[in-house]
Amino acid sequence: MTSMRSHGRARWRRVKNVFALGLGGVATVIGLGFLAWILVVTLVNGLSALNLALFTQMTPPPGAEGGLLNAIFGSAIMILVAMLLGAPIGILAGTHLAEYGRSGAIAEVIRFINDILLSAPSIVIGLFVYQLVVRPTGHFSGWAGAASLGFILLPVLVRTTDETMRLLPITLREAALALGAPQWRVIVQVLYPAARTGLLTGLLLGLARISGETAPLLFTALNNQYFTADLSQPMANIPVVIFQFALSPYDAWHALAWAGALLMTLFVLVVSVGARIALRRRVG
Amino acid sequence: MPDSPIHTNKRFEQETRRLRDMIIEMGGLVENQVSLACTAVIERDAIAAGQAVEQDPKVDALEREVEQFAIRLLALRQPVADDLRHIFAAIKITGDLERIGDYAANVAKRSLVLQHAPLPFSLSGLSHMAVLVQDGLKKVIDSFGEHDIAKALEVWRADEEIDDIYNALFRELMTYMMEDPRNISSCAHLLFIAKNLERIGDHATNVAEIVYYASMGQPLAEARPKGESSALLQTPDRAGEE
Amino acid sequence: MPESMPLALAEAGPRGAAAKMSIRALDFYYGDNRALKNVSLDLPDRQVTGMIGPSGCGKSTLLRVLNRMYDLYPGQRATGEVLLDGENIIGPGLDLNLLRSRVGMVFQKPTPFPMTVYENIAFGVRLHERLSRTAMDERVEWSLTRAAIWDEVKDRLRSSAIGLSGGQQQRLCIARSIAVRPDVILLDEPTSALDPISTLKVEELIDELKQDFTIAIVTHNMQQAARCADQVAFFYLGEVVEVGSAEQIFTAPRERLTQEYITGRFG
Repeated sequence: MTSMRSHGRARWRRVKNVFALGLGGVATVIGLGFLAWILVVTLVNGLSALNLALFTQMTPPPGAEGGLLNAIFGSAIMILVAMLLGAPIGILAGTHLAEYGRSGAIAEVIRFINDILLSAPSIVIGLFVYQLVVRPTGHFSGWAGAASLGFILLPVLVRTTDETMRLLPITLREAALALGAPQWRVIVQVLYPAARTGLLTGLLLGLARISGETAPLLFTALNNQYFTADLSQPMANIPVVIFQFALSPYDAWHALAWAGALLMTLFVLVVSVGARIALRRRVG
Repeated sequence: MPDSPIHTNKRFEQETRRLRDMIIEMGGLVENQVSLACTAVIERDAIAAGQAVEQDPKVDALEREVEQFAIRLLALRQPVADDLRHIFAAIKITGDLERIGDYAANVAKRSLVLQHAPLPFSLSGLSHMAVLVQDGLKKVIDSFGEHDIAKALEVWRADEEIDDIYNALFRELMTYMMEDPRNISSCAHLLFIAKNLERIGDHATNVAEIVYYASMGQPLAEARPKGESSALLQTPDRAGEE
Repeated sequence: MPESMPLALAEAGPRGAAAKMSIRALDFYYGDNRALKNVSLDLPDRQVTGMIGPSGCGKSTLLRVLNRMYDLYPGQRATGEVLLDGENIIGPGLDLNLLRSRVGMVFQKPTPFPMTVYENIAFGVRLHERLSRTAMDERVEWSLTRAAIWDEVKDRLRSSAIGLSGGQQQRLCIARSIAVRPDVILLDEPTSALDPISTLKVEELIDELKQDFTIAIVTHNMQQAARCADQVAFFYLGEVVEVGSAEQIFTAPRERLTQEYITGRFG
C-alpha cells in the first residue's frame, strides 16, 4: 500500500508530466503548423496553376502564357549529369575512406574536410564553379550548372558511403578474405551488395538535396528562355525560374512559379519517401 | 594434487562437500557396525550383535541416497577432472561400504549362533585380525575425508598382513576341526567370520585405491599385495581326492 | 559407428598422427602487447584440436595467425614459426590468398554473403578454380552435402542465403569453407550463436569432417571441446599451459591451472 506521502509525490509527478507533454505538444503544433501552412499554400496556388501546357510549352516572355518544359528538361538533365559525375567519385571516395583508410590519420582529415564541405553554403559552391568554369569559358552553361550540383552531391555521397560501409560487420570482410579473396573482390562482390540499400539511400538523399538548389545555378547555368539540350549553353531550370518569376510583376509568371514550386516539392517528397522506405528495409 | 581453491559456483562447492560428508557419515556408520560385529564375536555380546544387524538397513538407505545425489551432480553439473573423479569415487566407495556393512551384519548373525557353543580354544588370532581390519577401515575413511594419500597407501599395504593372519587362522581352525569333529560347526562359522573380516579388509583396500585415483588422477600402479592364498591351501586328504 | 567409438577414443590423441601444422616458439604482438608467448603446438593431421581458455588468453589470436588474418591490421605482428606441411607461413613473400585457400576459417557469428545460397559457395571456388557449369554444380552439391545442409537448401539454391536460419547459415559458412577444399579448417567459436540442436548438428559435422580435414576449434564451451576434440590445448595469458588428449585433459589434467579452469575454480 502506498502512503499518503508517496501518493502526493505521484500526483505532483503526474502534474509535471502533463505540463511537459503540453509544452512538447504546443511546440510540435507550431513547427508542423508552419510546415503544413507552406505545403497548403504551395498546393493551393500550385494546383490552380497546374495544366498540361506546363509540360508542353516554354517559359513565356513577359505578359504571355507559357509552360515550364525547358526548365523541367534543363533541371532533369543537369541533375542527371551531376549524378553521373558525382556518384562514382563520391562512392569510390567513400569506399576508400571506409575500406582502405579505415583508421588512418589521413582518412580522419579527409572526413573532417568532407564534413565542412557538406555544410558549406551552396552559394559558395556556385561562386567556386563560376570562377572555375564560367569565367574561363566566358559564359554561363549547363555544364557549369551540372558541375556545381555535382560538387554539392559529392560530400553527401562520400559521407553516406563511408558510414554505410563502416556499419557492415568486420566479420563479413574477414569471412570473404578468409576464403582467399583479394580485397577488391571483397568490396565489389560482397560489401557493395551488402551495402546496397544504404548506398541507394545515399543516392536518393543526394538527389533530393541537389534538385532544390537555386543559388549555385544562378552563378552557373543561369537561365534560358528557350529549350536547349546543349550543355554548353545557359540552361533553364526550375529553381532559378521560380526565383525569377516569383520576383516579377506578372501574374502569369507568378502562376508558373507556383506550379514549379509544387512540382519540385512533390519530386523531393517522392524521393525522400523512397529513400526512407529503402532505409527501413535495410534496418528491418 | 593439492587442495584447489573453491569453485566459483558456490552451490556446486557445497554439493561436493555434502557428498563427501555423506560418505564420511556412511563410513562412520559402517565402522561402528564392524566394531559392534567384532565385539559380538570376541566378547560374545548378543546386544552388540543385534545392533550391528539393525544398522544394516540404515547403511543400505545411505548408499541409495549417495548414489542418487551423485547421479544428480553428474547430470546437473557435468563435472570434469578432479570433480568428476571425486564423484566417481563416491559412487564406488559407497558400494564398497555397503558390502562391508553386509559382511559386518553377517558376522554379527553368525556370532549369535556361536553364542552358546563351547569354544575350547582361544580367539586371540581372530581378535587380532578384527583389530587390524577395524584400524584399516577407520584409516581409509579418514584418508578419504582428508584427501590423505599417505594414509590410503598405508591401508593398501596393510592388507597383506590381514591376509597372512587369515591364512594362519584358516590353518588353525582346520586343525581344531580335525582334532575334534564336535568343533566343526562352530569352527565353520568362525571360518566364515574370518573370511568376512578378510573381505572387509579387501573392500577397505578398494576404497584406498579409489581414494588414490580420485586424488592423483591415475590408478595405483604397483602390484596389489596378494597374500590371501587359502584357496591354494589344501588338506592332505582333499589333495588326494583331486 | 557406435561400436567403433571406444576404439576411436583410445586411438585419438596427440600421438600417432603426423602434424599438419606445427607452431614453434610463436610470439604475437598487438602493438606492444605480447598476446602469445612462446607458443608451440602441433595440429595433428585429420584430427580435431580444441583450444580452450579464458577470454583474452590468446586462443582466437592463434587462429588468426594460422591463416594470417592479422595481416589486415597494422601494428599486429608475429614472430616464430608456423609450418604448414613443413613450409613456414609466417614472414613476407607468401601468397596470402593461396594460404587462405588452404587454411579456411569459420567465424563466431554466421557470415553469409548477401547473395544466393549457390553463389555463396561458388564465390570462394571461383577465386581459385575455373570450373564448368556442371563441375561447379557438382562442387556446390558436394560441399553442401558434406556440410549436412544439402537436404535443407537444395530447393532454395537460388534464393538469398540471408533467409536461412542461424544454424543453417553457419553450416552454409562451413560448406563455403570446404568448397575451396582446404587442408585445415579453423573454427572460431562456431556454435556460440546457435541453439543447442544446431550446435549438435555442427558438432556432428565436425566429427564427419575430420576424415578429410585438419580442424582447430576455439570454444568457450568445455563440454564442446570434450565432445569434439581429439586433442585439447589449454591457453592462459598467451601461453599454452597444457596439451593432451581430450580424455586426459578432462579426467586427469596434469597442470593445476588446467584443473582449476575446467572445474570452474578460477580466480
